[in-house]
Amino acid sequence: MFVRGLKRKCFDGEEDIEGTLAGIKAIPSYNLQRQSLLDMSLVKLQLCHMLVEPNLCRSVLIANTVRQIQEEMTQDGTWQMINTQSTGQASLDRLVSTDILCRSSREQAEGKHVPGYSTFNKDFEGDQAQDSSETMSTASSVQAPRNLQSNVWEMENTQENKGNFQKSLDQIFETLENKSPNSVEDLFSEVDNSYYDLDTMLTGMMSNTKMGHCDGLETFSSPATATSNSNCKSDLNELDHIVEILVES
Amino acid sequence: IISTVEFNHTGELLATGDKGGRVVIFQREPESKNEPYNQGEYNVYSTFQSHEPEFDYLKSLEIEEKINKIKWLPQQNAAHSLLSTNDKTIKLWKITERDKRPEGYNLKDEEGKLKDLSTVTSLQVPVLKPMDLMVEVTPRRIFANGHTYHVNSISVNSDCETYMSADDLRINLWHLAITDRSFNIVDIKPANMEDLTEVITASEFHPHHCNLFVYSSSKGSLRLCDMRASALCDKHSKLYEEPEDPSNRSFFSEIISSVSDVKFSHSGRYMLTRDYLTVKVWDLNMETKPVETYQVHDYLRSKLCSLYENDCIFDKFECAWNGSDSVIMTGAYNNFFRMFDRNTKRDVTLEASRESSKPRAILKPRRVCVGGKRRKDDISVDSLDFTKKILHTAWHPTENIIAIAATNNLYIFQDKVNSEMH
Repeated sequence: MFVRGLKRKCFDGEEDIEGTLAGIKAIPSYNLQRQSLLDMSLVKLQLCHMLVEPNLCRSVLIANTVRQIQEEMTQDGTWQMINTQSTGQASLDRLVSTDILCRSSREQAEGKHVPGYSTFNKDFEGDQAQDSSETMSTASSVQAPRNLQSNVWEMENTQENKGNFQKSLDQIFETLENKSPNSVEDLFSEVDNSYYDLDTMLTGMMSNTKMGHCDGLETFSSPATATSNSNCKSDLNELDHIVEILVES
Repeated sequence: IISTVEFNHTGELLATGDKGGRVVIFQREPESKNEPYNQGEYNVYSTFQSHEPEFDYLKSLEIEEKINKIKWLPQQNAAHSLLSTNDKTIKLWKITERDKRPEGYNLKDEEGKLKDLSTVTSLQVPVLKPMDLMVEVTPRRIFANGHTYHVNSISVNSDCETYMSADDLRINLWHLAITDRSFNIVDIKPANMEDLTEVITASEFHPHHCNLFVYSSSKGSLRLCDMRASALCDKHSKLYEEPEDPSNRSFFSEIISSVSDVKFSHSGRYMLTRDYLTVKVWDLNMETKPVETYQVHDYLRSKLCSLYENDCIFDKFECAWNGSDSVIMTGAYNNFFRMFDRNTKRDVTLEASRESSKPRAILKPRRVCVGGKRRKDDISVDSLDFTKKILHTAWHPTENIIAIAATNNLYIFQDKVNSEMH
């Protein structure tokens, strides 16, 4: 499916190297890149305007991209099936991620409400009003805006049952819950510049020096560190990516 | 923020719609021999509020008043008519001029008050006296409640009686005189919305054959439908699709293949489509691949992930034919727009900005450099301003006059030397 190792195109010499990355720069693995893209896509699906109906074309295209990534991950066998905990609440509309993203977006100046992830599916069915009110009541039930980190851990006990399409997201967040809080600090600082290489990797280009400059990546200012190879840790990284985006945007 | 631009059938009028629901119509000044350099300029003719923001109480959602599309009706009498649409409602507006008013009524005086009948000694016939030109715009029809999803295109049929409106999943056929009824002619909504993978992105009637129309999809395919075949045209007559290039495949392949605009040529023989990186000319007779493909900004191919992250990859650019179908035009980023000559295969990149275009100055071609030698005045890919995008462009139906919408500003460029079509 995805073709790797394609012909490389010429880049301007001026794009060579950020000064901070003199010397060795680990090129993040393809799996990591793919995971980043998956997480970015999931975030995009969630961060919709609540007042106006989200753009259906955009949502469909992002969803197709997510599906494509997931299919490939399944084929590759990198998709580890982690048993989901079920706390008995059968509602598909309550997700760990929902609350996290709801709260984080409320802390932002824009004040946009974030619909539940499952709202995405429901959006297609036109039941937005119902879901959005559910989501908003969930979000508003949280008292004071809290530190994002503590949110993650507090949500441990509100795991819900998931639909199959949402399983992927759940697995990411379940992995997160199994981690000790201590590592969170480290992980937050471990924002990597993989996005820069994401450009080149995911579009089939080989590049070892290109630092893609784009407006959207201005938030990623920390120097890259070598990312771990374990799947779990990379999942955790990617969650922090999401958090980083939300906190800084 | 200008959201749509459209010339009328003679090119005398140019309509623009904006995000605030307003429509501004420009009229071309008639050419006069006295001032040859002032001829052909467009000045504001009329401004009116077409759509207002609404609130859908059932879904608790706002309906934006942004004008998505304007289409002129062919002129049939002294009045001009146009259709304008936002996400949900299409309106037919009639634009009339009033430059005379009757004077000399028998029963009313100049201010309209009834006269004292005892003062009336003789009868007179009211006469029409000239007055300052007044342009009146009235809503004649409101086509509401036809769409559950967002309307992305409208197209007037060549029969001048019907028109179609397309949203993400359905296309409706309306009669211009009937507002309480419309026919659904295309419906691609799946039974289970979770199975939804493809949406309608644009549609247009054939310029000459009133039974043919085309619609494009987010997967990059075009479907030509014949309304004579069946009432519901879910089954296409022809499917135009180019097989994917395996060497360029990435996770973004589908997104960049999504067609943002489709336009029939004036001749009716070809279709022009715009996807994220290219414009393609399709021959109606050939379904397997386009006959011509032009790269608009291929230097963005390596930046797709960034463009995905900042949502620019979802920008919907329009495209346009010139009057003789020999040149095609489309917009890009950094306020650049591109024109491709189909005959000479030459292309040019121009910029629509205040700095680079003083009145009557000649536009200088721009160049985006991607590597290698960099000439003076070249712009590097990384310096492109992705917030300055030219999504909406229009070409005069017969002359070399183009209208370019750059966010809040409208630019009108004329080719003075070669005013006639080649």
